[in-house]
Amino acid sequence: MIGFLRSDLPVARDASGLFLPWLVAVMVFLACLALSGAMSLDSLLDRWSRDASGTLTVQVPAATGANAETETNDRVERAVRLLETDAQVATAMAVPRERLAEMLEPWLGSAELMDSLPVPRLIDVTVAPGAMPDLDALVERLRAVAPGAAIDDHRVWLARLIRLAEGLRLLAWAVIGLVALATAAMVVHATRTALAVHRPHIEVLHLIGATDAYIARQFARRAFALALLGGVGGLALSGPVLWGIGRLVQRLEGGLVPDITLGMGQWLVLLLLPPVAGVLSMLTARRTVRRTLTRLL
Amino acid sequence: MRQASHGKIAVRFESVGLRYGSGPEVLQDISFTLDQGSFHFLTGPSGAGKTSLLSLLYLARRPSRGSIRLFDEEVSTAARAALPPLRRRLGVVFQEFRLLDHLSALDNVALPLRVAGVAEADIHRHVPELLAWVGLGDHMHAKPPTLSGGQKQRVAIARAVINRPELLVADEPTGNVDDRTALRLLHLFSELNKLGTTVVIATHNEGLVRRFQFPRLHLEAGKLDVLPPMALTASVGMGTGPIPGGGQS
Ligand SMILES: Nc1ncnc2c1ncn2[C@@H]1O[C@H](COP(=O)(O)OP(=O)(O)OP(=O)(O)O)[C@@H](O)[C@H]1O
Ligand SMILES: [Mg+2]
Repeated sequence: MIGFLRSDLPVARDASGLFLPWLVAVMVFLACLALSGAMSLDSLLDRWSRDASGTLTVQVPAATGANAETETNDRVERAVRLLETDAQVATAMAVPRERLAEMLEPWLGSAELMDSLPVPRLIDVTVAPGAMPDLDALVERLRAVAPGAAIDDHRVWLARLIRLAEGLRLLAWAVIGLVALATAAMVVHATRTALAVHRPHIEVLHLIGATDAYIARQFARRAFALALLGGVGGLALSGPVLWGIGRLVQRLEGGLVPDITLGMGQWLVLLLLPPVAGVLSMLTARRTVRRTLTRLL
Repeated sequence: MRQASHGKIAVRFESVGLRYGSGPEVLQDISFTLDQGSFHFLTGPSGAGKTSLLSLLYLARRPSRGSIRLFDEEVSTAARAALPPLRRRLGVVFQEFRLLDHLSALDNVALPLRVAGVAEADIHRHVPELLAWVGLGDHMHAKPPTLSGGQKQRVAIARAVINRPELLVADEPTGNVDDRTALRLLHLFSELNKLGTTVVIATHNEGLVRRFQFPRLHLEAGKLDVLPPMALTASVGMGTGPIPGGGQS
């Protein structure tokens, strides 16, 4: 690597030498953010679709009257039994009162208060793999054993969320496409600008007998090194930013946004950005120098 | 070491014409031959086409017509890829120097050696020696923008001769230096010539042309005449004192 980057010709430490890495750094930074955004959306969507396909929640309203407590328990038990006998249902489990109390505590303050309120009870239902139960019919049957029962179909609102996220993902990929294009264009432009400064040097090297390949190599190596340097800088800059965003998302908690940290493979993709920018810059430099040279004899 | 081998031909121009774009012919029907190991001055008024002629010689452009043979190879129609090896057998002092401003004098002079793949150890042995000889021993690490016109010119000359070229082409190589230094540089060229290098020097300095009795290629209005050495008559412009650098072995 070091041997490859070594250049016989100490090329100028001019403004272009600073300009190119900074530009590449900014572009790689943006590309990193967009790419990691799109990739997290990917994993988010993955989890959501998995969730959406398999679960329902049945709500059983609390009974009123004298024996409200036992009556409510009975209704829940009947509903669970009914669900368990349904071929479309894999499992049905009443959410324990303690768990409900925990979930409601932030709103109600204490478990005692809950006892005095007609809080509905919940049953988590896992649908049999591949099954598409007729929810309207199921609700009818549930209401016969537990009046007022309702099915909270995650699929309805999750489907909407998924559609939203899919839209966002499409947008993110479009942004990546644009950023990638812009990065490529900027790297190409920056490399060309840097080389314009060196045109007289290219001519002199040419006239003292350097071959086209030799001259192109001198500049291509430098362009590669500068763009790689910038790319590494941009990646390093995006690291803390991505980490910070990850922390914020974690603090959101709430099952709505699952853990969206990037996987190993996704980090590898990000790590590829600097060398890709380097190679792009190198190819541009080579092309530009070669074109300049073919205009000379 | 190459020997002066007379009889062989270094350069042959036959009916060479050159025009820039669609302009008039700057050079018309130029024909001459330079024997290997010969030394010629190229004279003529400003705008006569000296730089144009030399640029054909150092392979910066092709003639509009005619044939140019360099070291027995036809170059007017040669493929681009065939030219770099030929250029490496030349040493060129450009009229406007063409030094690389961001490189030290040392790196500028080393350039032809680096391009030819000479080892760094050899470069660091030979380049300082030559720079010292042209009087730039104290300026080896200076960049061209900090050098005087004459100092730049000497760097350019050192770069042209560092690889012991077979043909040395110099365009006004003494235009910016005092007479003493000019003489010293001419002696450097003459030493090189004795070792076998064919030399062509474009100059306006009549004193030098008289002092060194070499034949002249004279350009005027696009036409070339080959003239014998200028007569040593009348007022010799250069001093007659001891020649600086003349004792160099
Ligand atoms: N690149 C060019 N494009 C167009 N015309 C040119 C170019 N270079 C030189 N000329 C023209 O060719 C003619 C000869 O120019 P050239 O530079 O060869 O003269 P010269 O003998 O070297 O002059 P000087 O002694 O002043 O250096 C001039 O009329 C000049 O205008
Ligand atoms: Mg000229």
